[in-house]
Amino acid sequence: MKKTGAEILLECLKKEGVKHIFGYPGGVVLNIFDALYDDKDLKLVLTRHEQGAVHAADGYARASGKVGVALVTSGPGATNTVTGIANASMDSVPIVVFCGQVPTMLIGNDAFQEADIVGITRPCTKYNYLVKDVKDLAHTVREAFHIASTGRPGPVLIDLPKDVSAGKADFVWPKDIRIQSYNPTYEGNRRMIKQAANEMVRAKKPVIMAGGGVIISEASKELTELAKAVNAPVTTTLMGLGCFPGTHRLSMGMLGMHGTYCANMAVQNSDLLIGIGVRFDDRVTGRTSSFAPDARIIHIDIDPTSIRKNVRVDTPIVGDVKRVLKEMLKDIKQDAEKKRGTDSKKPWVKQVDRWQKERPLTYRYDKKLIKPEFVVEKIYELSKGNAIICTEVGQNQMWAAQFYKYDKPRRWLSSGGLGTMGYGFPAAIGAQFARPNDLVVDIAGDGSIQMNIQELATAVINKLPVKVAILNNGYLGMVRQWQELFYRGRYSHTNLGGGPDFVKVAEAYGAIGLRATRPEEVEPVLKKAFKIKDKPVFMDFVVDWKEKVYPMVPAGAAIDEMLFDEEEKPKKKRKTKK
Amino acid sequence: MRHTISIHVENKFGVLSRVSGLFSGRGFNIESLSVGETTDPKVSLMTIVTTGDDQIIEQITKQLNKLIDVIKVIDFTGIEHVEREMVIVKITPKKDDRAEALRLAEIFRGRIVDSGPMTYTVEITGDENKIEAFVEIMKNFGIKEFVRTGKAAIARERIRKT
Ligand SMILES: Cc1ncc(C[n+]2csc(CCOP(=O)(O)OP(=O)(O)O)c2C)c(N)n1
Ligand SMILES: [Mg+2]
Repeated sequence: MKKTGAEILLECLKKEGVKHIFGYPGGVVLNIFDALYDDKDLKLVLTRHEQGAVHAADGYARASGKVGVALVTSGPGATNTVTGIANASMDSVPIVVFCGQVPTMLIGNDAFQEADIVGITRPCTKYNYLVKDVKDLAHTVREAFHIASTGRPGPVLIDLPKDVSAGKADFVWPKDIRIQSYNPTYEGNRRMIKQAANEMVRAKKPVIMAGGGVIISEASKELTELAKAVNAPVTTTLMGLGCFPGTHRLSMGMLGMHGTYCANMAVQNSDLLIGIGVRFDDRVTGRTSSFAPDARIIHIDIDPTSIRKNVRVDTPIVGDVKRVLKEMLKDIKQDAEKKRGTDSKKPWVKQVDRWQKERPLTYRYDKKLIKPEFVVEKIYELSKGNAIICTEVGQNQMWAAQFYKYDKPRRWLSSGGLGTMGYGFPAAIGAQFARPNDLVVDIAGDGSIQMNIQELATAVINKLPVKVAILNNGYLGMVRQWQELFYRGRYSHTNLGGGPDFVKVAEAYGAIGLRATRPEEVEPVLKKAFKIKDKPVFMDFVVDWKEKVYPMVPAGAAIDEMLFDEEEKPKKKRKTKK
Repeated sequence: MRHTISIHVENKFGVLSRVSGLFSGRGFNIESLSVGETTDPKVSLMTIVTTGDDQIIEQITKQLNKLIDVIKVIDFTGIEHVEREMVIVKITPKKDDRAEALRLAEIFRGRIVDSGPMTYTVEITGDENKIEAFVEIMKNFGIKEFVRTGKAAIARERIRKT
């Protein structure tokens, strides 16, 4: 029996194991929404903005490792997804976005709500499609999920004209998918792996720098084994938080612009740097010409374009991190020098410990003012390190990265590559759907939360106990920090001027709103919030607006040229013109 | 350095824009680009001439390979190959120079494909040096219109020594 395009689409999604779709309706997707009306297996989560839908699908994907799905209408619905798609693209998140499109007959005519979304998203998707014939639909969906989730994952968009979702065809699910021109490399080169293993055993001052690729490849176990086997300290990138236990004795925390003193010093003084599932982003390397100046660099990544894009590489290995590390571990175990190699690194590990003690991440506790770092520490303590932490962008994000210890993968959901304010809250909603029994906390800024605050309605209606901890400093804090440090304290348009009463906003939406203005109120507020199981909670933490994120590597500096709190120059009074 | 790169791609809607978008989006430079079908109707061939240092060219070829629709990328640098480009020039020699113009076109194995009372239209095929030299000379007669196809390149068969 023939099915409509809309029915075929839903069948395809079920075949792909989809349970949740985050979406928003409109004229040209009516057929699909109609088919969803009495579907029992697929739940459509109605967000309040298409950007929210895509971030939610992204959060769902990051928290679960599965492909996230969004469904929106044409024109403005489609263009509203662009930020979410670009965000997923930069962070290699597997999502499939379905956009309705005007009927094929009208395409190109500037029809009502027509946008060339395939053209618009070409540079920020891994791949995209315009389906012109309902007969191609099932095959296209199968391909899209395959492309999104294999190799280096990423977003795929499918544009669906209204006549395609209305048209009829037999439903034929392709058994196998083979794309002649798409063959990601999974197995690393044997010789290179052997060489890398050899180098690691013999290095005196190695550093492992692990990133998001380890999480995507589910290789945390292998990474931990590797670090132990060769006795190498580990730093992770922002995207890699949780891929190696943050509380492990060999963990140095995050590196880069707001990385730890220890991690940055170790990288700069290492004789061998092993980049695993990383892309050497400029926020990590600082000035590339001075990055890890004395180190040979081993770089393992599934994406060949990552290798030698930003930094020189001596031993490149293209492949799936998990498979490569497994092979490498075999080589290391068989190496006759293994024991001696491990021992010879003891002085280095000691040196790393010294750096760690010399300048740990700290802040000055205050009895009267809430320090934002204190809030993050308390969240860590009260969640016993088990929460899924989402973040917005800015200082809140950096403090969440620094003061929460991530021991497990997929518990840190943050917009790393694009730095999208407004990501965290909808991502938390997606994550809560993927992990209904976990504590999900969005550590937010007062600026960022207002970028997708409408999703409160989504969370309330779906009874999601998502917690939002707003580090309310009254400013676009990170920008203000740059203005203070590099623009002589000229706070041009970064003061949010009081902002809304977040407690009232929450209440107006039917959520719970709590506030803490003094340090001793922080813990009770968090405890109260964590007990609520059927509603979202906004926690308004009124924090010290002057607080800055340290250490900080100024733009263009080498990563060991860090600024610290005490080095802050005394502020000059601004001269007022007469 | 200048590189001639040939790219076998799926002959699908939007592929040209994926390739050209990659160049513009990543700040790579395109000097010339030509596209055509191959003997396999499902595959098209693009030839792109680009410039960049080794690191940039490495990125270009890797990025091209990463595009889902790209089947094969060949950088002809260091490979024995034949490169050709065609140019069609419409020149406006003065009356007294018309014979000389024809003679010079012939030296370059140019073909006259059209002529008007005041113009000759000459077609010429060759590698870059030849084309450049020809165009320089034709400038003396006055060039009214000028069109280049962009380069096409193909590898030479190796002569096996037995
Ligand atoms: C969509 C978007 N617009 C602008 C920026 C630039 N930006 C980066 S951080 C920041 C300030 C964020 O303010 P807030 O959410 O209050 O966080 P805080 O730094 O104060 O913790 C801005 C404007 C961005 N990252 N994303
Ligand atoms: Mg703020």
